[in-house]
Amino acid sequence: MSIDIDTARKVAKLARIRVEEADLPALAGELSGILTFMEQLNEVDVTGVEPMTSVTPMRLKRRADVVTDGNIQAQILANAPDAREGFFAVPKVVE
Amino acid sequence: MSANELTIAAARDALRKGELTAVDLTMACLTAMDAGDGLNAFVHKTPEIALDQARAADARIKAGDAPSLCGIPLGIKDLFCTKGVPSQAASNILKGFRPEYESTVTTKLFAAGGVMLGKLNMDEFAMGSSNETSCYGNAVNPWRRGNEETKLTPGGSSGGSASAVAADLCLAATGTDTGGSIRQPAAFVGITGIKPTYGRVSRWGIVAFASSLDQAGPMTKSVRDAAILLEAMAGHDPKDSTSAEIPVPDFEAMLTGDIRGKKIGIPREYRMDGMPDEIEKLWADGQAMLKDAGAEIVDISLPHTKYALPAYYVIAPAEASSNLARYDGVRYGHRAKLAQGDGITEMYEKTRAEGFGKEVQRRVMIGTYVLSAGFYDAYYNRARKVRALIKRDFEQAFAAGIDAILTPATPSSAFGLGEMANADPVEMYLNDVFTVTVNLAGLPGVAVPIGLDRKGLPLGLQLIGRPWEEGDLLNHAYVLEKAAGFVAKPEKWW
Repeated sequence: MSIDIDTARKVAKLARIRVEEADLPALAGELSGILTFMEQLNEVDVTGVEPMTSVTPMRLKRRADVVTDGNIQAQILANAPDAREGFFAVPKVVE
Repeated sequence: MSANELTIAAARDALRKGELTAVDLTMACLTAMDAGDGLNAFVHKTPEIALDQARAADARIKAGDAPSLCGIPLGIKDLFCTKGVPSQAASNILKGFRPEYESTVTTKLFAAGGVMLGKLNMDEFAMGSSNETSCYGNAVNPWRRGNEETKLTPGGSSGGSASAVAADLCLAATGTDTGGSIRQPAAFVGITGIKPTYGRVSRWGIVAFASSLDQAGPMTKSVRDAAILLEAMAGHDPKDSTSAEIPVPDFEAMLTGDIRGKKIGIPREYRMDGMPDEIEKLWADGQAMLKDAGAEIVDISLPHTKYALPAYYVIAPAEASSNLARYDGVRYGHRAKLAQGDGITEMYEKTRAEGFGKEVQRRVMIGTYVLSAGFYDAYYNRARKVRALIKRDFEQAFAAGIDAILTPATPSSAFGLGEMANADPVEMYLNDVFTVTVNLAGLPGVAVPIGLDRKGLPLGLQLIGRPWEEGDLLNHAYVLEKAAGFVAKPEKWW
């Protein structure tokens, strides 16, 4: 399976990574190379095999649905590139 | 011998006897660290924190309360969040990030009296096998090929940890291992590194790469030190839902050196085409050492080995593309400068294009592709099924009575920085060929230095153990270490 330029553009868009038009052919080539490598997996007979979901056979633990933390607004915003009036600030989302 | 050259065990004993103070030991390491800038191993230094912790450790030791790590200077991989100290996973996208919290592992190390000298270089988001994807530039291997001045890779992703320990800038370091990132660098610099069983060490506060594969572990100058440091790092943590509620044994006490009657599996699928004869010989030597110690060598088969790398390079990028979605320029780290009229989508796209390096971008996009509609079953689900088969191979070997599996740690010794620059990504991925199966199966694996190759560079072997049997595994490693008698050190040039 090889990735064409349109697919590369679409994948970059889905991944929210800006890729210049001029860089798309090289990217498509690299991604195709990696996918070709993965294609070896088609040689394996996986009939009746369940996809592995967890490494150790244990149930994901559940915790009580209670508040254990909070009132740390300043800490949460401390690393924000843009925080105003107690909120994260982003460019206008709605016109 | 300068104090920074000590092992944890030797320093611990000297500290307890009062022959050495934690402050003097820390000063020796800080001096070595500053003199080691040419290795680019430490990327954020924390001398004030180190000296505060050392003074506190001395007070504790004086009061008769001296856990094994009390006063021991350590390097911490940049992937661990450390409160108030830059923690950026060697990525520009986390530039300026100073966590408001402390990872569980570093919290435990500090509670045990450990001293943090600073943060260590690594591949960006732990994605790489040569430390060449770091935003800080390459970490350098203290070893050289004879008299050649070519700079060599310390391996990756825990390259800074490997370089710092091998060059005696610290007594030991933390690493993390998603596909071989502790064991391959350990082998490249001639030190010991263990990836514990998945769930043994809490992942809380460690920047996530591939959550079902990531495990932290120690990188040390000896097997005994690995046992001491692992015990301090391990244990159940309610903040990590995959952390196992299994007691942590006294790993050091399990180093008896007695492996009589143990069965060592030699997997025939690990004999790769074109494997250098030096690696082949090293492997045979390792088998002889374990046999001399009374173990039985058994040929085994792990039939799905060949498919581990392709399965890994589906699963790890898929998980990474999900984990790295959080870097969007909103809550922490870098945000791109926006042009007039740019909206939130442009902000995301520009931020991620500027903040992520090439290899990270590549893996995020591969992950996005294999998880996208129409390809999920063909790639991702198929890879997870193959992963189940790889795990089953190991389970069958252990069920047949195998106690540990011996393999090479890496397909070669350390290569030159830049030498793989024109290789395609897949060639670089082959570095993980012997280590990646262990992550997929969630097993513990340890790299032990065995000897030098013709170029004068370290080579290591890997032992793979049963789940939760790190103590028994380290005991096998201890036997190998004693038999190999690897004591070579890099000649100081930096």
